[in-house]
Amino acid sequence: MININEVLETNEMIEKENLDVRTITLGISLLNCIDSDLERLKEKIYNRITSVAKDLVPTGLAIEKEFGIPIVNKRISVTPIALIGGSACKTSEDYVQIAQVLDRAAKEVGVNFLGGYSALVSKGMTKSDELLIRSIPQALATTDYVCSSVNLGSTKTGLNMDAVKLMGEIVLETAKATADKDSIGCAKLVVFCNAPDDNPFMAGAFHGVTEADEIINVGVSGPGVMRKALESVRGTDFGTLCNKVKKTAFKITRVGQLVAREASERLGIPFGIIDLSLAPTPAIGDSIADIFEEMGLERAGAPGTTAALALLNDQVKKGGVMASSYVGGLSGAFIPVSEDQGMINAVEDGALTLEKLEAMTCVCSVGLDMIAIPGDTKETTIAGIIADEMAIGMVNQKTTAVRLIPVIGKQVGETVEFGGLLGYAPIMPVNQFDCSAFINRGGRIPAPIHSFKN
Amino acid sequence: MKKIVITVVGKDSVGIIAKVCTYLANNAINILDISQTIVDGFFNMMMIVDVADCTKDFGTVVDEMEQIGDEMGCIIKAQREEIFNEMHRI
Repeated sequence: MININEVLETNEMIEKENLDVRTITLGISLLNCIDSDLERLKEKIYNRITSVAKDLVPTGLAIEKEFGIPIVNKRISVTPIALIGGSACKTSEDYVQIAQVLDRAAKEVGVNFLGGYSALVSKGMTKSDELLIRSIPQALATTDYVCSSVNLGSTKTGLNMDAVKLMGEIVLETAKATADKDSIGCAKLVVFCNAPDDNPFMAGAFHGVTEADEIINVGVSGPGVMRKALESVRGTDFGTLCNKVKKTAFKITRVGQLVAREASERLGIPFGIIDLSLAPTPAIGDSIADIFEEMGLERAGAPGTTAALALLNDQVKKGGVMASSYVGGLSGAFIPVSEDQGMINAVEDGALTLEKLEAMTCVCSVGLDMIAIPGDTKETTIAGIIADEMAIGMVNQKTTAVRLIPVIGKQVGETVEFGGLLGYAPIMPVNQFDCSAFINRGGRIPAPIHSFKN
Repeated sequence: MKKIVITVVGKDSVGIIAKVCTYLANNAINILDISQTIVDGFFNMMMIVDVADCTKDFGTVVDEMEQIGDEMGCIIKAQREEIFNEMHRI
């Protein structure tokens, strides 16, 4: 039987170290909603989401109460809308109407984000993909809960540089369209290389076409728990450190697995995957950067940070894989800037730069995330940053992503406040040298060779 | 059998266990195990109970236990046992 120390340990994690289940994300296929009539399509989408997801939030709340574990977010991901709207949407404005329907449906069922306003253009763009992409600024400016993502490349297909260039423009347009709210639209827009079909985390969640009609995916969290656990192995060697990370990741993930199983049973929807991510929040102590400091780095960004992150990411996976029957999504450590107080401090102290963050993304679970840059950054420069990050993902056969926020009207030295889980961020300097002639070439970067690895 | 773990954390005072046990008895909740310890001067008690015969909805039990805790100045949580088993047992 369970003993008092184990019970107290679990409750300490929940109460003092911010252990929570970050999200239950219900994936819903909208393929059966496809219609050539826009009004009918909108009605079908609304009805499908509100009927499948009607019990999601109450179920999440009930599980939270019975197990005494917070489930921070209940969310929905849908089939990439560019695939759904193709035959009904003749203009970008038509797509914006679908975004607004998604927003209404999200509000009706009480979730706090809905992802899947997406296009998958890793090799080429259909007319429909392009219309959707061009509608993103307006769609994000006129909705509250809709999240958008675009997959720009993969290890198998290479990089679609036409789409990379276009997304440089779209990110900036989105920033302008939401300039009155500190360009928050860009916090709901992410571009990927090797985007997974089953990611439960926003802004990049969508319900891939390889998925079933409905699926439950769960994202776990727990940087605070990890940092606290590592306190007990201060000064020990790497073997001991790694073991501690693995054991802690195991415990965190088992809670996620339990919640996923319960949610799946109660909703009558199959369980998909657990995403083993250490997702920080702005809460003090719930920080990846604090884990680095606990490992022995003065600040995130100090020499050794990439090695520390590589170790952390790998051990989290090793511990978590054993705790769950199915693992997927992004799985690893997220390194967003604005959502992590320790990372914000590191940027403000001058320890962490955009270039160091880029290096760290080679070994983390995603990429350049929630980074505020000056609002006057050129669109080709944004596309250049995107291209670099996509190239890292393509060559290393991993998911990489970019979520940059060019904050209109703000400069390096200022900060931007998003509020809630999105936190606040200092505006980071961007390399001022020009890359427009490179970005304007157009076309594709071919897929990398899969042999002669060096 | 449906096992629930009840934890009581707070300053030690007269009658904490009595009050919790009275509530449990009144709701046909059977106590299977009790243990207690003092951590940093705080009273920590854990009970494993069986709510199979309890007619109340478990959510209500959680709320009522919490309320009893508030009245006595301590924190009382009732949680399903699985969360602890999952985390600490392979």
